[in-house]
Amino acid sequence: MAAWDWQVFCKDTIEGEVVPSCFGSGGDITYLDWMLSAWGWTLSVAVLALIVAVSIGSLMGILRTAPDKRLVAVGDAWTELFRNIPLLVQVFLWYHVLPSLFPTLRQVPSFVLVVFALGFFTSARIAEQVRAGIQSLPKGQSYAGLAMGLTLPQTYRYVLLPMAFRIVIPPLTSESMNIIKNSSVAFAVSITELTMFAMQAQEDTSRGIEIYLAVTGLYFASAFLVNRIALFIENRVQIPGTIGASR
Amino acid sequence: MKKSLLVLALSLATTGLVHADDTLKKIKDSGAATMGVRESSGALSFTLGDGKFVGYHVEICERVLADVKKQLSLAKLDIKYQPVTSQNRIPLVQNGTVDIECGSTTNNATRQKDVAFAVTTYVEEVRIAVKANSGITTIAQLSGKNVATTTGTTSVQLLRKHERANGVDFKEVFGKDHADSFLLLESGRADAFVMDGQILAGNIAKAKAPADFKIVGEVLSVEPIAIMVRKDDPAFKKAVDDSIKAMMKSGEIAKLYDKWFVQAIPPANTKVGLPATEATKFAWANPNEKPVEEYVKK
Repeated sequence: MAAWDWQVFCKDTIEGEVVPSCFGSGGDITYLDWMLSAWGWTLSVAVLALIVAVSIGSLMGILRTAPDKRLVAVGDAWTELFRNIPLLVQVFLWYHVLPSLFPTLRQVPSFVLVVFALGFFTSARIAEQVRAGIQSLPKGQSYAGLAMGLTLPQTYRYVLLPMAFRIVIPPLTSESMNIIKNSSVAFAVSITELTMFAMQAQEDTSRGIEIYLAVTGLYFASAFLVNRIALFIENRVQIPGTIGASR
Repeated sequence: MKKSLLVLALSLATTGLVHADDTLKKIKDSGAATMGVRESSGALSFTLGDGKFVGYHVEICERVLADVKKQLSLAKLDIKYQPVTSQNRIPLVQNGTVDIECGSTTNNATRQKDVAFAVTTYVEEVRIAVKANSGITTIAQLSGKNVATTTGTTSVQLLRKHERANGVDFKEVFGKDHADSFLLLESGRADAFVMDGQILAGNIAKAKAPADFKIVGEVLSVEPIAIMVRKDDPAFKKAVDDSIKAMMKSGEIAKLYDKWFVQAIPPANTKVGLPATEATKFAWANPNEKPVEEYVKK
């Protein structure tokens, strides 16, 4: 291959001319501008989907350990439904199939749809982890909580969950990193995120190697940042003498 | 004198090491040629499954290679089919994996720096497909509407340029492939689908109700599509060009065009239904390898 040409990021997206400052002005954008905005979309999709995933996933995980069979069934059904359908298929179901069944969904922007699709998909995996975390605690802990006169919700809130969440921080970290990488499916429903930027910009400029290297770097940096944040949280919340505090 | 000889020998040695520049010799020595083909580039180049590749450009290339075989007086010439994508086609031609690329590559000035193109065999027109009952007939009516196109195609840049030049504002929606973009139009998420004419025609032909769609409006851009070969290999390029020019002269190419773009084609026996445009006929009558930049935009 010919030599690398990193100037490609300073090119204007319309005329393909190199802009001296590397950033466009007056409504025109360069590939660098475009890539940063694409990065923003990737992070927005990932962060919002993670919020959806953690809140619904925790709820479903808790339901699956509840003493009531009906609640367990709801949690199990949710997990199996979203865990057993491929992510890309789920995104298409949200984007193409559901709006044709419920016409009001047509007004919903694809960004919202993909946040829910990705969030629900990941919530099933988080539900499984939260369930595993709660079940890894000795049964005696919940009995002890109930024997102290706490109600069931109070037992969860003050006895079980504080331990369970600390235990599942490592798998949750993996999930949070996965959600950044999985957000690349959003390109399939017309979100201009990093993967889509890469495909389009390499076609526009024929400098695929530079574009893909830069995009790879941004994905890596984002996932690694999540990893570091999670590690920080893990270290801050650990309780000496318990699981996970061996470091 | 000695020095210059040494330099000459060195430069010959290095070029010989870096490039297998002489494709004809390579074909003669190995008794095989590798054709780059596409999985799904409309009627130009597509697969029937089982490693079989057909299409207008594939058939032209098969005839070109038959002529090459004659020229080299080979008893037998194996044709290997190597599927390529728009991301890897140029590197594969450059590094010698593919000897002749028969897909749907637009001949443009940037690519001419890396590869060479045979004379243009097909001129693509970028058009607009809409629902027949939408009442849309020109691009101006698309202002504020949702316009679909496919990620990773030149049409995206074209729309962007058009938006700025004419001060119109489209809401672009991007399909991940042509089938997906057409679904956007079909399901009403997009009001128009802007893409190469033959791809639009092919998708409409395959739709549930082809009468519901039509191709309207002005031609947004004209792009010469050509067969791609390695750069700096004039002997092979001449062999390919001569073979194609002979087909153009004899009218053979018009028959091939008719076979793939007008008649029913496999696998589903649908018709693309796109008779040769004036621009394509002009390219046949005046063989040339002009890049897209030299085609006057309408």
